[in-house]
Amino acid sequence: MRTNDVMLQTATKVVTFIILMFAVHIFFAGHYTPGGGFVGGLLTTSAIVLLMLAFDIETVKKILPINYVTMTATGLLLALATASAAIIFDVPFFTHAFGYFDLPLFGKTSLHSAMLFDAGVYLVVVGVTMTIIQTIGEDE
Amino acid sequence: MSLVFLIFLPLLAALFVPLLFKKFGKIHTGWFVLVVPVILFIYYVSLLPTTVTGGTLVSEFQWIPSLDISFVSYIDGLSLLFTLLITGIGALVVLYSIFYLDKHREQLHNFYVYLLMFMTAMLGIVQSDHLITLYLFWELTSISSFLLIGYWYTRDRSRFGALKSMMITVFGGLMMLGGFILLSIMGDTYSIRELIPQATELVTHDFFIWALVLVLFGAFTKSAQFPFYIWLPDAMEAPTPVSAYLHSATMVKAGLYLVARLTPIFAISGTWMWLVAGVGLFTMFWGSFFALKQKDLKGILAFSTVSQLGLIMSLLGASAAGYHIDNIAETTFKYAGFAAIFHLINHAVFKGSLFMIAGIVDHETGTRDIRKLGGLMSLMPISFTVAMIGAFSMAGLPPFGGFLSKEMFLTAMLSLMEFDLFSMDVWGILFPIVAWLGSVFTFIYSFYFVFHTFAGKHQPEELPKPAHEAPLGMLISPVFMSLLVIVIFFIPNLVGDWLVKPAVLAMQPFLYNSPDDIKIHVEAWHGFKPEFFMTLGIFGIGFLLFWTLRKWQKSYDRFPDTLNALYNNIVFLSDTGANRFSGIYMTGFIRSYLVYMFSFVIFIVIGTLFLTDAFAIDLTNLAPVGFYEIVILIALVGSTLTILLSKSRLTGIIALGAVGYSVALFFVIFRAPDLALTQLVIETISVALFLLAFYHLPQISRKEERMRFKLGNALVAIGVGVMVTLVALASHSQKALPSISEFYKETVYSEAGGGNIVNVILVDYRGFDTLFEIAVLGIAGIGIITMIKLRLTKKEERHENK
Repeated sequence: MRTNDVMLQTATKVVTFIILMFAVHIFFAGHYTPGGGFVGGLLTTSAIVLLMLAFDIETVKKILPINYVTMTATGLLLALATASAAIIFDVPFFTHAFGYFDLPLFGKTSLHSAMLFDAGVYLVVVGVTMTIIQTIGEDE
Repeated sequence: MSLVFLIFLPLLAALFVPLLFKKFGKIHTGWFVLVVPVILFIYYVSLLPTTVTGGTLVSEFQWIPSLDISFVSYIDGLSLLFTLLITGIGALVVLYSIFYLDKHREQLHNFYVYLLMFMTAMLGIVQSDHLITLYLFWELTSISSFLLIGYWYTRDRSRFGALKSMMITVFGGLMMLGGFILLSIMGDTYSIRELIPQATELVTHDFFIWALVLVLFGAFTKSAQFPFYIWLPDAMEAPTPVSAYLHSATMVKAGLYLVARLTPIFAISGTWMWLVAGVGLFTMFWGSFFALKQKDLKGILAFSTVSQLGLIMSLLGASAAGYHIDNIAETTFKYAGFAAIFHLINHAVFKGSLFMIAGIVDHETGTRDIRKLGGLMSLMPISFTVAMIGAFSMAGLPPFGGFLSKEMFLTAMLSLMEFDLFSMDVWGILFPIVAWLGSVFTFIYSFYFVFHTFAGKHQPEELPKPAHEAPLGMLISPVFMSLLVIVIFFIPNLVGDWLVKPAVLAMQPFLYNSPDDIKIHVEAWHGFKPEFFMTLGIFGIGFLLFWTLRKWQKSYDRFPDTLNALYNNIVFLSDTGANRFSGIYMTGFIRSYLVYMFSFVIFIVIGTLFLTDAFAIDLTNLAPVGFYEIVILIALVGSTLTILLSKSRLTGIIALGAVGYSVALFFVIFRAPDLALTQLVIETISVALFLLAFYHLPQISRKEERMRFKLGNALVAIGVGVMVTLVALASHSQKALPSISEFYKETVYSEAGGGNIVNVILVDYRGFDTLFEIAVLGIAGIGIITMIKLRLTKKEERHENK
């Protein structure tokens, strides 16, 4: 897949960042407004796919030297660890905790252990979709 | 909590093993792993003072409270004894493995992960009070031992042995689960502690005998009793540290543990006593008889393990007789339970050292074939001494631990003759006879093992490697264990008071109230009693037969190997049968599979709709259809038709994307922004993915597809469409129950601290679903890598890609 579309490449450089920012926003907003780890992960993937379409897989690999299999595993571990952490506090598996805190800069913020779990979901979604796309894309 | 946590400590430690293996490649990973059993052992030893007075410790952790499933760690004399064996011998085995497994050539990170997993599983079995979690750990030992036995997975024999052991033990485990479920139905509890007091009521229940037999299936398969023992010799393909651990001290003893643990529940039944004692004793004889047929050092040990397990099993069965005797303290029956536990300890110790010696011989000479070995006595003096101590203990010679428990075994078997319940008075005479015969053969194979390896003529030309003594590190564990063998002989009553009696108390709570009530004093010399003359007979006849072994050993070749042949036939038939059956419907075309799946779903869903009268259309109360909805509908139908009629695939893919986007727009209109967002992104990515995969699709033009094929597909497609429409209409008309969304609306903020219902459901209310979903996603990703990166050979590939 070798393309050399200047228009696409220039636009992509800007758009990718917008999508990535949007993905991060949507991920964090997820607990109160539409969004969450699943959509956030998919959006991130779509940003990377766009990069792949504009440039090629090798270049993108150089920009983002990420092992997506490791990423998937990390996500799974994070999700599992969040769920198991409840055991340490002597409550059944998968009990989430949340609370409201006053943080500098952010003001009153709610912190939720579900966010960590969601981050695991995010990592798995990005990891798996990118694994699939990369493996199929690289295959000759 | 803390006791339950300790069960999982090895499993937690296993998580770090691969990291340690990678980061500290220069240090043998075993040194890190060694810390785990050592710490556990020291901790559990500190619990001894509690159990020695008959005390118990319980700690509980709720796992799935809604199903009443929890991890309960229950420590009494019996579970603590096994726990100490698991951690203590575990530590010695890990130490031995450090020198046995080469850190450069072996995949240590796999090995120790499996081993630690196994350790957790064993600790879980012996400490669980809850039947369901006990079963869980039980099967975990089957799985982890499968991985351990098949550790050298490139060898055919290893894979065969691993599979065989798993097939048989998992089969038994499933039977046992059935027994457990029956028990829990009868007693209305999963807790063993709560079942025991109900024993007298349980025995009258219709299910009782079924539960008994099913549970015994589990115990017999795990403990390699006749006729299930056939997996154990094949499991010897495992690396020797694994054999020493699994097959001397732990996994095979799980069955004995189960029998001992459930004795208070089942002992009241004569069937239990007959089955356990009878099968055990027969296994003892059978194993010892066929041990002499073996040519492989580990093969001999495998059969000897089968035989010794049978011995302990028969004692456990005999101990059930105590339930039916009035003044047990006066009779010799009291010895059965004590002897069972005592011999179990002895066996774990001497068999562990013998396995390690077999491993050392293999490691230092390159072969385990006893016909090629011989005369190693002068070359490997330390190994020889250790082997001799272990084997003499096994043969029941003084001054080694095995002598004491063997004497008690004979006493217990003799006492069965006097037992006059359950037609024991007629058949009871068989018990001492078979026990005596088995002991004679035990004597012979013990000598065969030692003297055919270490004495006789040295044949250096037969050995792949020049023989020499093992490195010091490898000898530490076996030497330590052989010292224990001698120590046990000289301080049997200390072992008896601290380890055996508390365990016997747990096994026979109907006889004793505290370990002090067990009035047994172990003595090496107990006068001119029948068992003394039996022992003399064993030594005399055994020695004579061993002397003439070469003359009659050949006659073993006449015995056909029926049981293994039966297993092989069953496996072969089920294999070919399954292949032939799946060959009918596994066409290799994904389109066929889709047709099966969709037809099945149509059948099930529409069938249920009509059978349960769920299908009712109620067209009142419908929302008005707006302008935009009609526009999108037209776009949707149009793009769907485009897929159907398009000549090229590319058009089809793009049209499919259009369908997805139209649906997303519907979500927008119906105010489901979350779904709309997800749908939009998914469509984008899946179209990109489609285009990527496009290149790989086989070149089949649409004209090649026959009319019949299209007709069938059309039928299925229309069926799916009709089904979905029916379900949608039916669910719309269903007003009997209030919508669940009200519940979420009310609780989402107070219970989960979130505002977005969809997201909160995903990560909190139904977090389990999500966890497993992402696990499935991960598996799919790995699947795709293996499918594409690890290509099949060209020929297979053509078949798969059809």
